[in-house]
Formats: sequence, C-alpha cells, structure tokens
Amino acid sequence: MDNFLQYLVSGLSIGSLYSLVAIGLVVIYRSNRILNFAHGDVTTAGTFFAFFMLSSNFSFAVSAVAALVFGALIAMAFYFCILVPAQRRDATQLGQIILTVGLGLILQGAVQYFGGTEPQSFPFPLSEYIVYKIGVVSLSQLSLGTLAASLLSCFLFYLLVQKTRLGLAMRATSENLPAAQTLGIPTRRILAISWGLAAGLGVVAGLFLAPALLLDPFFMLEPFLKGFAAAILGGLNSLPGAIVGGLILGVAEALTGGFVSIAFKNSLAFIVIILVLLVRPEGLLGEEFKERV
Amino acid sequence: MPDDQRKSLLRITSIETLYFDRIYALHGLSLEVKEREIFAVLGPNGAGKTTLLKTIAGLLKDQPKKGAIEFGGKKIQRLAPERVASLGIVYVPEDRGLFRELTVAENLELGCWGRRDKEVNSDMEEVLGLFPILKGRSKQQAETLSGGEQQMLAIARALLRRPKLLMVDEPSLGLAPLMARTVYDALLKISKAGTTILLVEQNARLALSIAHYGYIMESGRIVLEGTAKELSENEDVQELYLGLGGETAASPKGWRLYKKRRRW
Ligand SMILES: Nc1ncnc2c1ncn2[C@@H]1O[C@H](COP(=O)(O)OP(=O)(O)OP(=O)(O)O)[C@@H](O)[C@H]1O
Ligand SMILES: [Mg+2]
Repeated sequence: MDNFLQYLVSGLSIGSLYSLVAIGLVVIYRSNRILNFAHGDVTTAGTFFAFFMLSSNFSFAVSAVAALVFGALIAMAFYFCILVPAQRRDATQLGQIILTVGLGLILQGAVQYFGGTEPQSFPFPLSEYIVYKIGVVSLSQLSLGTLAASLLSCFLFYLLVQKTRLGLAMRATSENLPAAQTLGIPTRRILAISWGLAAGLGVVAGLFLAPALLLDPFFMLEPFLKGFAAAILGGLNSLPGAIVGGLILGVAEALTGGFVSIAFKNSLAFIVIILVLLVRPEGLLGEEFKERV
Repeated sequence: MPDDQRKSLLRITSIETLYFDRIYALHGLSLEVKEREIFAVLGPNGAGKTTLLKTIAGLLKDQPKKGAIEFGGKKIQRLAPERVASLGIVYVPEDRGLFRELTVAENLELGCWGRRDKEVNSDMEEVLGLFPILKGRSKQQAETLSGGEQQMLAIARALLRRPKLLMVDEPSLGLAPLMARTVYDALLKISKAGTTILLVEQNARLALSIAHYGYIMESGRIVLEGTAKELSENEDVQELYLGLGGETAASPKGWRLYKKRRRW
C-alpha cells in the first residue's frame, strides 16, 4: 500500500509534465487540425536556449522566461512564415503535418550544431536529492516543484482560455474559422498566439524534464511521444482530456514500472495509443468534431 | 419602389467565380444594391446564390476571377474576409455560422469584437429587444437552440457589428412558416432602422413580401430583375417561383426561365 502511494505520487508528478506537452499538441490540433510533430524539438530548442543563458551567468528566472519566449517565437515564426503561405497554396492536412516534421528535423540539426550531442547536466535550482517525507510518501524537491509548476501552468492556461477575451477568440477561431473571420476577429494573429502558447507550455515541461534526464538534442523525444499518447488518450481535441490523459499515463507508467517491470515502462505509452485507437478512438473526454456543412 | 435618388452601396460588375479553377459558378454576374433597402436574390438550388454571397464576403480564395465588386465606391474584390468584415459587410451563412459549443452570451460577445464605442450595451439591449427569446437562453450552448432561435442568434450577432450591409443566406431554411415569418418581420424592422439588406432566398413569396427589389438568378446569371411588385406580377415568376399558374413547383434544374427568355 505504501509503495502504491509512492508510485501514485511520483506518477502524478511526471504525468503532469506529459499533460503540459499534451496540451500544446491539443491546442494546435484544435485550432489548425494538424498534428505538430515539431513540438518536442521546439521544446528542446527552448530548453537549450535556457542552458546557454545559464552558462552565460544569467539568473535562472531570466533564463527560463527567455527560453519560453524563444520557443514561442520559433513556433510563431513557423506559423507565419511557413504554414500560412502553405495554407494559402491549398496545402493538404497531410502536407502541413509533413511541414511540422520538417521543422522538427531542422531544429534537431540546429540544436546539434549549436549545442553539441554530448549529454550535459542542466543546472536547476531545485534538487533531485533533497527529499521530503510526507507521511509514507517521499518526494524530491524537484518532483514537488514539477507538480506545482505544471499544475499552476495548466490552471493559468485554463483561466486564459475560459475567462479572457483572448481565450474566447481562440475558442471561436478553432471551432469555426470562417465565422470568426466574417466577424472581423483577427484569426491569423489568434492562431499565431495559440502556436506561441503551445510552445511555451512545452518549454515549461522541457525545463523541468532536463534536470531529471540529461540535456541532449534528443532528450524530449520520449516525453514528446508520451505527451502524444496522453493527448490521444484524452481525445486529441479536449484540453481537460489532455490533462487527465497525461496524469493517467504518468501514474500507469509508475505503477507498471514499480509492480511489473521497469522494462515495460516505455512500451506502455504505445500500448495505450493502440488500445485507445482500437477501442475508443474519440478518447476519454474527446468528442468527435461534428462535421459542418 | 427603388428610388433612383438613393445612393448605390454595393455594385457588382460582371464577376466570374470558379470552383477548382474550372467549374463556373458565377457567369459574368452584375447587380446593384442601394442604401437602406432590402434586395432579394431568388433562384433554384444550385443557381449560385450562396456562391455570390461568399464571393462578396471574401470567403472564396482568389475569387472572383474576373469583374469588380465595389462597396461604397471602394473596390473590395479578393480582399481577405476579415478586411471585408471590417468595412461593414456582415454575412450570415446558410448554416448560420454560429459557434455551436459556445454559449449564446459568448456568441453575442464575439459579435461586438473590436468595438470600443460606448453604445455596445445599448445595442445589446436593442438586439435582445428584437429577439426577446434569446434573453432567457444566454447561458445555453448555441447548438442546443432550436433552428429558429439559432437563426435569430445569428442575425442578432450580425447586428451587433453595426453592419452597413447585412447579407443573409436563406433565413427561412428549415423553419416552420410561423417562425420564418417572425424572422422576416425582424428583418423588416432592421431595414426600417436603416440597415441595407441583401437577402438570398428560395422561398420567393416570403422574400418578395419584404423586399423592395429582386433579382432572379439561374445558373450563375441574373435572368430577370425588377421591383418586388413587378416580379410578383410577372407571369413567369408566378409560374416558376410562386407556384401560381399551371405548374406548381419551381424548376428543379434551374434553367427554365433562362431558356424561356432566350426563345423570345
Ligand atoms: N465548394 C464547392 N466546390 C465545388 N462546387 C461547388 C462548391 N460549392 C458550390 N458549388 C457548385 O456551385 C454551384 C452553385 O452553388 P451554390 O451553393 O452557390 O448554389 P445555391 O444557389 O446557394 O443553392 P441552394 O439554394 O441549394 O443553397 C452549384 O452547381 C454547386 O454544385
Ligand atoms: Mg445556397
């Protein structure tokens, strides 16, 4: 029982990071109807940017904010300079998805060129080795900080989407683009902001993952795929679904790793994707987009 | 009767709109809409009425291929839909264009997007006064409204943009006669308050009951035009569109009137 609680809590902590990655994917899927395969690489680029800033002796807070902005700018530049022209030329959905794959490969190359391929440890203000005991559960400072930061990010993002005018415009634009256009809502700008926010949430996850893993150009590959699984689990077009999906996946992973075998920990995400697609393609909280004439 | 003193608000000269660069939907069509009147475009299924409104609203990319659309003396063809909207042309599409997952209140709020003037609140009251049914439904998701209520919401939201030209596509579609009448009465009130309306309709009788001037459109062309009274008294219109005379229904293929006129 004690073990169970321990796995549950560590699962929630790592799962909350999957939730952040998943939200980024869902935001883009909802508003553009495409899967963003560059999400992980944008996150990596942002995290590396923080690493450079830290190496140049900037404080962690400044570096983190700069990394968020950097990631957001890459995503917005991609939207404005590549995706919009492609859409203007009637690119198909698949074509647009391939463009995101291309962006991912380019960023990978750039990160390898500028950051090197050697794994490096990421200086982080929270430690993995300071451990707090809460009842029977022990939690590292880093896990606790991770949980707090990602839940806070999710909550702030929820407030933004549900309670602000910008969020209202985002919801309107993703639901019915032509209607939003004919109401004079600046849909391009709104969509660009969605790209920026999605990337920013990804970079938050990257910043908290980097100290636990080691920083190398491919360190986001696995979390990206897990976030992807979480998004599918949640239904791919539901924000609450993405959050719940991430948490469930994190917990399931921790339990499998603890009770079954650590070897299965990573396969689990893909088993989840396959099962969801076979059994309940609309995900846990998802609802098929209603086809509109 | 259209008053020749009235200024022209929208002038369309020989526009051609194509789908996939080869299917002609509009064939050199011209028409004019004058300020503060109701103009109706009538025609059978597939005549190109929706295409016409979408072309004006800028929703068909790079269309019209040829021809000009002038709004208040300014050329607006091939502008982005946001730009057309910002000039004061508001389009209520056939499917009503609501944000179905958002509430009635949110839909209305989005209608006020970009407005900073102080009259937003009084406009909101005015609009709710026009459609009192919406008042009690403000927290309800738009998709849970009945068809008639959805149409009212769509028109209400359009009005909040203070349109210079309100374009409505088949407002009576799918509505019971009584509900359709209510919507039409509202349109008449809106027109009396000074908004120019361009109305597209298959239900000719209903449209001609409020319109000042009408165009009959078939296969992407205007085949007949005239004041509402002239059209209602026209034999061919009576036969093909109003269901009087020998035949009852409007021509299914939509070339009857066109063919007939060519024979003369
Ligand atoms: N997206 C499209 N792609 C290809 N062809 C289209 C498209 N939309 C309309 N058309 C064609 O253009 C022609 C005009 O269609 P449109 O929808 O404008 O007619 P309509 O007068 O509005 O008809 P209805 O009364 O049924 O609404 C039709 O022949 C239709 O098949
Ligand atoms: Mg139509």
